[in-house]
Amino acid sequence: MEIPSLRISRLPSLALCAVFSFCAQQTVAQEVGDHQYTSEAVETGSRVYTQQCALCHGPQGDLVDGIDLSIGQFRNAQSDSDLVGVISGGAAEGRMPAFNLRAEEMNGIIAFIRAGFDPEGVAVRIGDPARGKALFEGKGECADCHRVRGVGPRTAPDLSNIGAIRTPASLQRNLLDPATALLPINRPVRLVTRNEETIVGRRLNEDTYTVQIIDSQERLRSLKKSDLVSYEISDQPSKQPTDMTSDEVADVVGYLLSLRGIE
Amino acid sequence: MRTTMKIRKYGIAFLLILLATNVSAQVSFERILNAEDEPENWLTYNGGYKSQRYSKLDQITPENVSDLKLQWTLQNQVFGAWQSNPIVADGIMYITERPNSVMAVDAITGRVFWKYRHVPAENALVCCGANNRGVAILDDKVFMGTLDARLVALDRITGSPVWDVEVGDVNQAYSVTMAPLVVKDKVIVGVGGGEFGIRGYVAAYDADTGEEAWKTYTIPGPGEPNHDSWEGDDWEHGGAPVWITGSFDPELNLTYWGVGNPGPDWNAGQRPGDNLYSDSVIALDADSGELKWYFQFTPNDAYDYDSVQVPVLADIVWRGTPSKVMMWANRNGYFYVLDRVTGKFLEGKPYVTVNWSSGLDENGRPIPTPQDEGMPTFPGNQGGTNWYPPSFSPRTGLFYFSAWQDYATIYRAEESEYEPGRAFLGGGFSVLAPAPGAPTIGIGRTNPINNWTNEVGFASLKAMDPQTGEEVWSYDQFDVSDSGMLTTASDLLFTGGREGYFHAVDARSGDSVVERQLGRTDCDGASYL
Repeated sequence: MEIPSLRISRLPSLALCAVFSFCAQQTVAQEVGDHQYTSEAVETGSRVYTQQCALCHGPQGDLVDGIDLSIGQFRNAQSDSDLVGVISGGAAEGRMPAFNLRAEEMNGIIAFIRAGFDPEGVAVRIGDPARGKALFEGKGECADCHRVRGVGPRTAPDLSNIGAIRTPASLQRNLLDPATALLPINRPVRLVTRNEETIVGRRLNEDTYTVQIIDSQERLRSLKKSDLVSYEISDQPSKQPTDMTSDEVADVVGYLLSLRGIE
Repeated sequence: MRTTMKIRKYGIAFLLILLATNVSAQVSFERILNAEDEPENWLTYNGGYKSQRYSKLDQITPENVSDLKLQWTLQNQVFGAWQSNPIVADGIMYITERPNSVMAVDAITGRVFWKYRHVPAENALVCCGANNRGVAILDDKVFMGTLDARLVALDRITGSPVWDVEVGDVNQAYSVTMAPLVVKDKVIVGVGGGEFGIRGYVAAYDADTGEEAWKTYTIPGPGEPNHDSWEGDDWEHGGAPVWITGSFDPELNLTYWGVGNPGPDWNAGQRPGDNLYSDSVIALDADSGELKWYFQFTPNDAYDYDSVQVPVLADIVWRGTPSKVMMWANRNGYFYVLDRVTGKFLEGKPYVTVNWSSGLDENGRPIPTPQDEGMPTFPGNQGGTNWYPPSFSPRTGLFYFSAWQDYATIYRAEESEYEPGRAFLGGGFSVLAPAPGAPTIGIGRTNPINNWTNEVGFASLKAMDPQTGEEVWSYDQFDVSDSGMLTTASDLLFTGGREGYFHAVDARSGDSVVERQLGRTDCDGASYL
């Protein structure tokens, strides 16, 4: 059986890099505010991380099972001094070796982890969470598709924890330019089965022979590709760039950043 | 009571027979030399000295392969991927487990006879996981390299150590992760540490005593030919590790070794010159270790394109002439055919998107086209392929391997200063992602949810024709694969992948014959069938 091409047109590399540099130009120096670590420390940490840690933990810090450094998810460590102990002493029965780092390198690593892996210190305007919540549920029409803390539909990703797993810059871009911010796994899909059932939804997981989705009826479906007569993945998100004002966007970003799991 | 007695008697008789069998079935060098002729065994890392990973067994066919049933499972006791290639001799499987344990296993039931644990020194340092890729066997011993750069010989009946010698200085981050290669009366290993500023080498040890027989550096010292491919003292910490088992041609008496990246990895400007013999294949005399020839795939490498792939040897009629060739799908994205007598370049073509180079000249030297800073380089840091063992089927005449397709990296070079026992990388890299901050792929998979998708890269099992250098067919997976290959006399190809499927593919057409979900099949295709 022939399945229509599953490949999606990728952003040309040139365009992608143009997006990156566009972002860099938009960046202004981060206000340290009451942050504990300086931007120099974060910068140092970014460098040390790439050299010493990224080979195992991955560029995003999420490649070791049960650990996602960028969102502060560790096996046992909680405090910064716990982290220092793990890095300098090794952990997990030798699977993580002990690192002999200089003091400023160690400080930098902790700063980089605590900065959510954002070495650029992207300064995004962050508004009032309460006004943002009202916009989210009203004019912004976000709540039409997204669920937060048990309220709302499940068709788009649940945002209850979004403030803990995304940077302010990423959240802002999702509002302003959703097509370039959309993660591939979240692209809308449309499937037609041999039984002529049409299923629309978004992917949760996929491998060579199967795909797992949540459909528009909020059902978890696992389908064999050999049972499909067509499988389309859209390269456009189901939402358009927002027409909210910049102040309103800042408020919504502020609200999203306040969403850090169940209360 | 009587029954018990009977069982005891039979038990003893059975034991005697076993002992007699074991004594008569020593794994001599001659047996390894002709390993392909006893396909019920697997006597050396790549199945035979030609490293074809081709089995003459033909009982499993496209028609009956779907009848295969899981016979046993041996659960590893340590978290992390198996990269160990089992050695099977007369019904006993020798397999290593992280970090440095060896088990002798009944190949029929999966029950363990003995387990030997080597605890590496606490300061052992490896770049990419506590990997070990298996043992070598000769006569009554098995041999394992260790993360703290030792070579251990064990009695293969009892699992007791016979000798244990230092291969390299653990304080300078030397390590051994490869399965040793036994040739005649010697055990040969290379050293890892290319991310820590080592100076690589291949060394041979007397199989009986562990005494060093020869040692050949992969970076020539002062006064040696090609030393001038380095400037100043860069050669002292130039990397060029050897971390995958080589091949052997008994007629030429040559061993062949793939050599890894120069150091620091990503700042080529810090080490001007071709940096020989990094990213090369070297041919060493099996008795003396003397360098007979070399061929460099990636001069002055800035992309971590280790050339540690398995040298696959074949005697074929190549474009009308009977030839002793070597086939090589390199991490740098090109597929090569070399003359293994002289090292002469015969053919080379890209098998994935390549933009660090615009092609190869008539000698096989790449024409460099480095990308601007911040721009993606294809293939990415893990390469178009890597250490995953390929296969060559003399029946189909095709070369098979796991490629990573549509996978790119953005490199960042910076000055690094060498310090003993510390990473010496010269910058960093990030994997090209379809959206900023999107998840990407790395070394090994630890998440059952593929939320990075094939847009970051995917596996392509490729069949290449050495006559043309062209792809004949490919079989794509959604995720990337670190899996090796096995072909059979029934024209089946077995492989795995990060998704956990065990795949049987028609070696001629590339059509999937059967796939089974086994949880994870990161290992090579030479699973014991």
